[in-house]
Amino acid sequence: MNSSVFFGLATIAYIFAMILYISYLAFRKSTVGIVATTLTIAGFVSQTFAILLRWAEFKEIGGMGWLRAVPLTNLYESLIFFVWCLILAYLIIEFKYRNRSFGAFITPVAALALAFIDISGMSKNIQPLVPALQSNWLLAHVMMSFISYALFAVSFSTGLMYLIVRSEERTEGSYIFWTVTLGIFVVVLAAMGLDYLTFKMAVKSQEEFIKGYLFRATFRNESAAISLVSVAVSAAFIFLVWRYGGILKKIISSFNISADTLDDLTYKSIAIGFPIFTLGGLIFGAIWADQAWGKYWTWDPKETWSLITWFFYAFYLHSRLMRGWKGRKVAAVAVLGFVAVIFTYLGVNLLLSGLHSYGSQ
Amino acid sequence: MTEEKKKSLFDRIWDVFASVKLAIIIFALIAMTSVVGTVIEQQAEPEKNIQVLVKMFGVSHDTAHSILGVLDSLGFTNMYHSWWFLAFLLLFAANLIICSLERLPRIWKLVQEKIRPVPAPYLEKMSIKHAFAIPGKASGLKDTVAAALRSGGFKPAEAAEAAAVQLYAEKGNYSRLGVYITHLSILIILAGAIIGIFFGFNAFLNLPEGETTSVAYKDRGIEVPLGFEMRCDNFEVEFYPNSEMPKAYKSWLTVLKNGQEVMKKAIVVNDPLTYQGITFYQSSYGMVPNSAGRGVLILRAVSKEGKSEQLNLKFGTTFTIPGTTVTGTIRDFSPALSFDQGGNPFTYSDQMTNPAIYVEFADKGTRSFSGWILKRFPRTWDLPDGNRVEFLDYWGVQYTGMQVRKDPGVVIVYLGCIIMAVGLYMTFFMSHRRVWVSLTEEKGSVKVLIGASANRNRASLERKIEKMVSVISAGHKGGK
Repeated sequence: MNSSVFFGLATIAYIFAMILYISYLAFRKSTVGIVATTLTIAGFVSQTFAILLRWAEFKEIGGMGWLRAVPLTNLYESLIFFVWCLILAYLIIEFKYRNRSFGAFITPVAALALAFIDISGMSKNIQPLVPALQSNWLLAHVMMSFISYALFAVSFSTGLMYLIVRSEERTEGSYIFWTVTLGIFVVVLAAMGLDYLTFKMAVKSQEEFIKGYLFRATFRNESAAISLVSVAVSAAFIFLVWRYGGILKKIISSFNISADTLDDLTYKSIAIGFPIFTLGGLIFGAIWADQAWGKYWTWDPKETWSLITWFFYAFYLHSRLMRGWKGRKVAAVAVLGFVAVIFTYLGVNLLLSGLHSYGSQ
Repeated sequence: MTEEKKKSLFDRIWDVFASVKLAIIIFALIAMTSVVGTVIEQQAEPEKNIQVLVKMFGVSHDTAHSILGVLDSLGFTNMYHSWWFLAFLLLFAANLIICSLERLPRIWKLVQEKIRPVPAPYLEKMSIKHAFAIPGKASGLKDTVAAALRSGGFKPAEAAEAAAVQLYAEKGNYSRLGVYITHLSILIILAGAIIGIFFGFNAFLNLPEGETTSVAYKDRGIEVPLGFEMRCDNFEVEFYPNSEMPKAYKSWLTVLKNGQEVMKKAIVVNDPLTYQGITFYQSSYGMVPNSAGRGVLILRAVSKEGKSEQLNLKFGTTFTIPGTTVTGTIRDFSPALSFDQGGNPFTYSDQMTNPAIYVEFADKGTRSFSGWILKRFPRTWDLPDGNRVEFLDYWGVQYTGMQVRKDPGVVIVYLGCIIMAVGLYMTFFMSHRRVWVSLTEEKGSVKVLIGASANRNRASLERKIEKMVSVISAGHKGGK
């Protein structure tokens, strides 16, 4: 039995769950909601099974112990695990808060990430471990890092929703912040999607794609006209988000989630994510580096960006203690913190060079 | 007058350092400058960074060159060791120390204070409260309540008033110190790092197979004496079967003291050797330049009849397969042999990724056949006449590259890490919980008033108290 079959099943389940969650938002039929939850759980079980199968396959091929054969050694596997953590976190929130509305936001992220794996033609092969990764620290370090990334992703979305709900006027700083952030997020994703569609045939590896073709279809196009049009379209799109952001606010307000709950969720996911990130990401990473490279800290870009991320969330935790910083300002810090997380996870591997570069293969 | 002024200036500086605001500014400063340090490659060739600047800002090569000059003079090309970055880290430490000194005495006093009974009206205002009445006597209900509290992990104390009894307890009192423990751990880690800088060293050692050294090398070739001798017995790259993927880089090392072997270990990446506080990490490898003369080819010749013999040969020599009249002469060597589409051999790398020897065979002096024998492909070992020549190793031509480190601060850094884990756990996963239960007798029934508070995760305490309430009511009925 092949693990990819179950990954496929999970992807399909998440896509259908996404459609159902969105229609649940629209029609408020509880049966629709129950089916959506059931599908998400089915997808989650299937994905869990797939990860375990791949773990076993890996163990077989590498000929090593369970601890070392953890399938978290390249971009493909780490994205899969990220989605798994995200769905798990979502299911916990759904059952704890008895609210399905988040599903319409989380399942698209999961479905998109899994679909992204498929269309990008990312290598799905199981590769044996290079010597640097043959350590028992791999499991604890990488797994805890991704659990914290998923929790930070939750805090990003709840923080953004908090900002959306709490902003009233179009001229307010917080309104402009969330519309521009969301606008740029969508524009970057769309531009990358266009890059894939345009240049998919020409590229061999992920790294080469990002280094050579990022934004080539749009902003960095050879034709000045196309790149100008891209900038104009993006600006227009961000303007539209800004102009009609009120609609999104209405939708989110209809969830029956209070702003305080959103703030509480943001804080809680960071309060759990931060210690896990510190221990698993920074401390275990340092111990492993000490054993493998003979230095527990080298200011390698991945390490430095982890530290930057850590400072962002330390900033978040401390700014809550400062007068006048409660509410929207701290929510903005939580949102920006996740931008640092994305860069630590993907940007460093794809754009900067360093000791951690094996993650990009 | 002047003394007062001086004091107020000191106070003002103290206040600045004791503020959360400064902490946040320092977080931002360290984070932002660090970003620059990851974009500008540190301690790199200038040309590399010029290319980065040209790509990023679309400026000309010359402009990029002068921008880099400015960045270089500001210390950005080696910024993590620049005076101003170290100053940020010192500021960070000073801020941490003063913040903690400012707040710790007050918190310490609070932590020392034991929980006390409170008047009933105070309980009514608590964030978690329950009020209900149960028929019976307060003295009888007391044990039920105490048992409920104990099953919830509390150790209740008791205070009796005129017509009322109050049971009260607290938990996780010391968890309020978690923040300070976390702060302390950061200082310990920084102290460990400083000890490492002053009392340790980082060096490098390229040691050819078969050679012995008593020194390693720091930057710019400065020698560091080890205090003992280190010999590399062998170095090998292992590959996954049928693949170009390296499985392990392995060095067999021997530590010698006064000519005596005192330690032997094979190191791989992730498994170093430590002797007298100095640790050797597998880091790289390569071919010793002009090494063909000093290398020894280790072969095992096996005849058709099964007679075998291990041979240690120099390049160009002739050997005989035991019990036969077949001789072989080693004519050529390639560290990384491959064949092009026309079937012609070529060497694709100067590293030993696929070592091969070209051997000419003769029987009773007449040339019979010749061909390549590859170390990684045993099927090339079988000769057409049924004999076999196994290519085991080409010893003495490779060196192992090792990171050599002495860092007495690591122990302290690890200690700091453990303390940090404890501090974070206390800060984020524990909470200070207090609960009071007041029992007042009123006309043959007991009025139960429960008040509770938690400094973190109130919802979980709320659930716990609800459970206790149901246990108290049920337990009482059961007791009747």
